Amino acid sequence: MVEILLDATVRAGTPILFATLGAILNERAGIINLGIEGLMLIGALAGFAGTFYSGSPLIGILAAFAVTFVAGSIHALITVQLRGNQIVSGLAMTMFGIGVTALFGRGMVGQTIGGLERLPIPGLSQLPIIGRPFFQQDLLIYTSFVLVFVLWFFLYRTRTGLALRTVGENPAAADTCGISVSLYRFFAVTTGAGLVGIGGAYLSLAMTPMWIENMSAGRGWIAVALVIFSGWSSGKAMFGAYLFGGITAMQLRFQAIGTDISTHILQMLPYVFTILVLVVSTIRLQKGSSQQPQGLGLPYDREDRK
Amino acid sequence: MPELLQIQNIRKTFPGVVALDDVSFTVAPGEIHTLLGENGAGKSTLMNVLTGLYHPDSGHMQLAGEPVHFTSPRDSLSRGIGMVHQHFMLVPAHSVFENILLALDRVPQFYDRKHYQQKMQKLIDTFELDLDLDAEVWKLSIGAQQWIELIKLLLRDCRLLILDEPTAVLTPQETDRLFKVLRLLQQQGKSIIFISHKMREVMEISDRVTILKKGSSIATLKRAEFNADILARLMIGQDRIPEWQKNLQMSEKIVLDIRNLSVRNDRGLADLDDFSLQLKEGEILGIAGVAGNGQKALAEALTGLKEINKGKIFAGDMDMTHSTARASYISGIAHIPEDRKSIGIAPDLDVADNLIMKSFKNSLFRRGVFQNRRAIRRNAEEKVSRFAIKAGPEGSPVRYLSGGNIQKVIIARELSEQPRVLVALYPTRGLDIGSAEYIHKVIVDGAGRGMSTILIAEDLDELLKLSDRIAVMFRGRLIGYADPRRTSREEIGLMMSGEQREQP
Repeated sequence: MVEILLDATVRAGTPILFATLGAILNERAGIINLGIEGLMLIGALAGFAGTFYSGSPLIGILAAFAVTFVAGSIHALITVQLRGNQIVSGLAMTMFGIGVTALFGRGMVGQTIGGLERLPIPGLSQLPIIGRPFFQQDLLIYTSFVLVFVLWFFLYRTRTGLALRTVGENPAAADTCGISVSLYRFFAVTTGAGLVGIGGAYLSLAMTPMWIENMSAGRGWIAVALVIFSGWSSGKAMFGAYLFGGITAMQLRFQAIGTDISTHILQMLPYVFTILVLVVSTIRLQKGSSQQPQGLGLPYDREDRK
Repeated sequence: MPELLQIQNIRKTFPGVVALDDVSFTVAPGEIHTLLGENGAGKSTLMNVLTGLYHPDSGHMQLAGEPVHFTSPRDSLSRGIGMVHQHFMLVPAHSVFENILLALDRVPQFYDRKHYQQKMQKLIDTFELDLDLDAEVWKLSIGAQQWIELIKLLLRDCRLLILDEPTAVLTPQETDRLFKVLRLLQQQGKSIIFISHKMREVMEISDRVTILKKGSSIATLKRAEFNADILARLMIGQDRIPEWQKNLQMSEKIVLDIRNLSVRNDRGLADLDDFSLQLKEGEILGIAGVAGNGQKALAEALTGLKEINKGKIFAGDMDMTHSTARASYISGIAHIPEDRKSIGIAPDLDVADNLIMKSFKNSLFRRGVFQNRRAIRRNAEEKVSRFAIKAGPEGSPVRYLSGGNIQKVIIARELSEQPRVLVALYPTRGLDIGSAEYIHKVIVDGAGRGMSTILIAEDLDELLKLSDRIAVMFRGRLIGYADPRRTSREEIGLMMSGEQREQP
């Protein structure tokens, strides 16, 4: 019973985890991305279509990464090169994502694919309780475990990571150190978008191996909230993503068992929780223990010294 | 001795302005060479030429006998010329270690933390600096932040260090430490170009002084050849302004009575702790203290920017501790804030609008619900000429003005309503001698009309010169008063470090 619930938790949390990690990468470089929801949808469709035409989920995942990488470059172009408003550009990206996937996804509705298979890790997968949820999973879930660590290591233990954080904190300082602010920001935004896309692909390849219009159902927004909740750190993002996964898993369970509570109310739970999380983390932010990159949301223009 | 750096006949023009006309000077190995000049004399432009940010129109530069043409600050840095800017280029959220690492060349992708930490710690130990590599920079004092900038340059093996007004943000004690370090560097054969306005420091540290005036180097003097009067005369073209007449028959009427005030900061710690102070009519009360001992909280509590946790403030018989009473009195308190650009002015508005910010509701500047633009413009013209503000073309944003002129705009605005009390927080910080003298004059003239001033400053000479009394703060408390006619710098320095004194 616990095993099944944990298993469902990890599976429901993984798409949000990928999206949150991608958004953290964006924001660490100082770019807010409110286009996560749209990018997830683009990733979901690209992943599904890639798998559908090639027959290989691996190709599907690569397609999802590549297509959202390109889609993310639109946001990067507007916010980094043209120094446009990050909020507006991100919102536009979300609406673009919803619209464009509805349009091009029409042919995919009702199609079926093989989807990602579970790859049990010999030995570990037999462990009681944690064996099934953590070691009898698919490739993407294992990848997400590694990614959490890799992102932390990259940000805090490599030269490039230090440079990236500097770009997000104080672009002028980065500039004087000879770090190209626009180059770092551009690749942080596009690579981050790529990760978000993989999160989207998880929806259409593993959770429900089919394409449904608007299937991300607000998970992108949850990721945006989780970035703040996690204090821009990958470890806490994992915790946060599984917390939401857990709530989702729980409410599904409730529905399966059949309770008197309306399913609409149960389905609301993750979103209610998002609001709670935002309230709590905003209060924490105001108390001064802020981890928010100081350059977040601010376009950088070398000539504009104040 | 062969010179390390030779600058010959450098000229640099910008469209319509000659920034540097004809500058020549040399720096010897192991020399501390001071550049002295008013704001606008060309010091910054010269440094920007020296570090490769600007290209000179004509003239030559030689480094260790070789002609050099720098194309960027990185270029000059690689040749051993490093600069500590007035505004530090640090990342507050990063640790000291990370900030220094960023400045280093050829750090491998997967760097060895220990190796670099040891390298930095060695330098910190050599100069006996008080610096924790793991501390986040925002938690450090300005003085400590300056050490970081210095260590960055030393780790890159700079032969010539340029320090642009390094003491502007330091306390006397921190300045002493800095000078100790500079002398140590000098012994190691490093050359230092030191830029400062403070005469006492220039006298203390310089081997030679080069005076810049209107873009030209007009003289270079050796240690034996200069004294404060000569330097001041060369720099501003007139003798040192005489000491102000102190206000000897001070009124005993108390205009502000601060009783047992406690103010907590954002982190819940006490900025002011049981602080009491009395301000007399027509008095200039200097507040001395190492920066960060509650001066800013005092100014903000008085001007209504900060919530008061405990204690009372009386103006005459009126209790103005709490907002409503205070609001009515606050108009009688003028405030020159510490941070000119972010809270002193609205940077994108023009001079005329900034000047009426306190009095825009006045019927003088209104015609019904509309503004009376003509009156506002006339007011601006009058203030600009009275306070000698170089305001630029009409309607241009205030942020384009120089620091001294911005400060004049603030003062013109704050004094326009004949305030009873002026709270001035570091009013001359970063200003050249001419502007600083002007601001001193405004404060002293105000005292003559009965205005009381709380003058918070870091330059003890300034406090000793202007104040009728000096109150010393330490950790949010009043340590005691000193009489500027009888006290010494040493005595105030001791009080600033927390030593209790009898009240005179």
